[in-house]
Amino acid sequence: MAEIFTIALIWSTVRLSTPLILAALGGLFSERSGVINIALEGMMLAGAFTAAAVTYATGSPYVGLVAGMMAGMLIAAIHAVACIQYQADQVVTGTAINILMLGMPAFLSGAFFLSSGSTPQIPKEHLVPWLPIIIAIVMVPLSWYVLYKTPFGLRLRSVGENPEAADAAGVPVARMRYAGVLLSGVLAGLGGAYLSIGQSSLFTRNMTSGRGFIALAALIFGKWRPFQTLLACLLFGFTEAVSIQMQGVVKLPSGDDIPVQFIQMVPYVLTIVVLAGFIGSSRPPRALGIPYQKER
Amino acid sequence: MKLLRELLFPLIAVVAAFIVAGILILIIGDNPIETYRLLFGSALSWPVGISYTLFYATPLIFTGLAVLVAFRCGLLNIGAEGQLYVAAFATAWVGITFANHSPWLLIPLCCLAAVVGGGVWGAIPGILKARFGSHEVINTIMLNFLAVALLSYFTQYHYKEPGPIMQTLAIGPNAHIARLGKFIPGIPQFIPLNVAFILALLSCGLVYIFLWRTKWGYELRSTGTNPSAAEYGGISVRKQIVIAMTISGALAGMVGINEVLGYRYRYYDGFSDNYGFTGIAVALLGRNHPVGVIISALLFAVLQRGGIPVDAFTTHVTKDIVQVLQGTIILFVAAEAFFRGPFAQWGLLKRSKV
Repeated sequence: MAEIFTIALIWSTVRLSTPLILAALGGLFSERSGVINIALEGMMLAGAFTAAAVTYATGSPYVGLVAGMMAGMLIAAIHAVACIQYQADQVVTGTAINILMLGMPAFLSGAFFLSSGSTPQIPKEHLVPWLPIIIAIVMVPLSWYVLYKTPFGLRLRSVGENPEAADAAGVPVARMRYAGVLLSGVLAGLGGAYLSIGQSSLFTRNMTSGRGFIALAALIFGKWRPFQTLLACLLFGFTEAVSIQMQGVVKLPSGDDIPVQFIQMVPYVLTIVVLAGFIGSSRPPRALGIPYQKER
Repeated sequence: MKLLRELLFPLIAVVAAFIVAGILILIIGDNPIETYRLLFGSALSWPVGISYTLFYATPLIFTGLAVLVAFRCGLLNIGAEGQLYVAAFATAWVGITFANHSPWLLIPLCCLAAVVGGGVWGAIPGILKARFGSHEVINTIMLNFLAVALLSYFTQYHYKEPGPIMQTLAIGPNAHIARLGKFIPGIPQFIPLNVAFILALLSCGLVYIFLWRTKWGYELRSTGTNPSAAEYGGISVRKQIVIAMTISGALAGMVGINEVLGYRYRYYDGFSDNYGFTGIAVALLGRNHPVGVIISALLFAVLQRGGIPVDAFTTHVTKDIVQVLQGTIILFVAAEAFFRGPFAQWGLLKRSKV
């Protein structure tokens, strides 16, 4: 067992946790403002594709990163307008965005790069393997500070808990929720961008493969708080790192492999268990998922 | 008039989505009219196109019904994907294990396995919600991933057909159900459209009777429209939640019958082409009514079938246009108020109390 706990494993955990941390913090801002965000997956895909395409076109990963964040924000804007302005069901809208973004990047790369869903390879010197990791690490305390120590954070949390009271106190509910959802798009877009131009060197079809949902799980496992969410992301990143490293390495005393699928299941089982209240209670923001309509 | 209103917004949503996608097609340098002609032309050609379209519609009718039943109880089942995987595996397991029994015993047993497999996987989030109050949306998402991992383990370690493809051994020939080509002249035998399609139509009728013509259905719907009033009226909301999720899962599970007994004759890892998620779109566009589900399942099946020639015969457009269309349609259906506003302004509709 000891040989798998190596520096390589720790490094791999950090790398695999980074997109989760960014997306989960994004989800944090959206959900604390009262808007369910299961569209993190779609926002990450938008970020991943745009970052790769723009980096390939301009040769600058920094322009690519910014473009990825903008793309995430654009998708978030669709979610926000539908959910806040038109009071659409937040889960349904999120599902629609996820389906849309499964097709859209592949559709666009089919047109621009005449490929079947991926962007061309980006040269190694145009990748950013470090910057997103640093941003993710900095973003955790920063999110905590913004959420708990600034007037903006107080207002954001108040519209997620009790929009009527917040409204009565003069907080612009809709505007705060727009801010929360747009921020989530920026962060999820950055998380996606890291996948395509940090960890890897091109965009491939559905390259997030469920990481947006894992990030959402981490957010719930972390009880909608920044530092706990960080720990959850590290834990889920670690299980992924182990399951990658384990293929054929870890054997039971009987000589059989430990099936990698069991390690993959850990985040999902943990989330179900914590949500059921077996490991302390995980309480969502009180107004989560409820559209707010101003009294007239 | 009521029917017209029911049809109006779904229709507008579909047309709007086609316009949006058409503009996208125009931007990337293809002709939208030509693309749509290819799409519909091939999907609606007799006999091959239509038969395939009906084949693609079969799982969508089941998952659409699954989402509908849960929705009528006030629940959003986005776990149809996991439920149909579990069901398909259970079906295949019975078909492999009891391969030598007579078809009269084996086929009903396999169908039962599909219903029970899906039902159990659907009941879990129902029980979790009834017992602990944990939100079904998150739990069904988690259970989707859990199902995929679990079944990939069983496939890989216990029932795998030797070779590079992740699939189980074949089920016994006694478990095969008939393809419709056998009965209907003109439909070639190679098309996998099978009896499960008839079963899907029957299920629509049964769901309608259950929901609108029985006491149980009334209780389930009352829970959906107003849980506190239902509770006050002596209906156990917790029980209804579990019942609705179980039925929902069972309906999603019937996809396994189409897939395993009528098409591949084995469990194939990752076979579902997002059927569970498309089911949400199907139910929503179909106004959560069984007849609406049939119509919208057919529409989505046309898109799916029609995407293939679009991929092959246009310069730039790939079959991914189908998902773009699907996503846009759901988005427009969900944000119905977006269209309600202008209509109210033009005085075409009385502004309804939202």
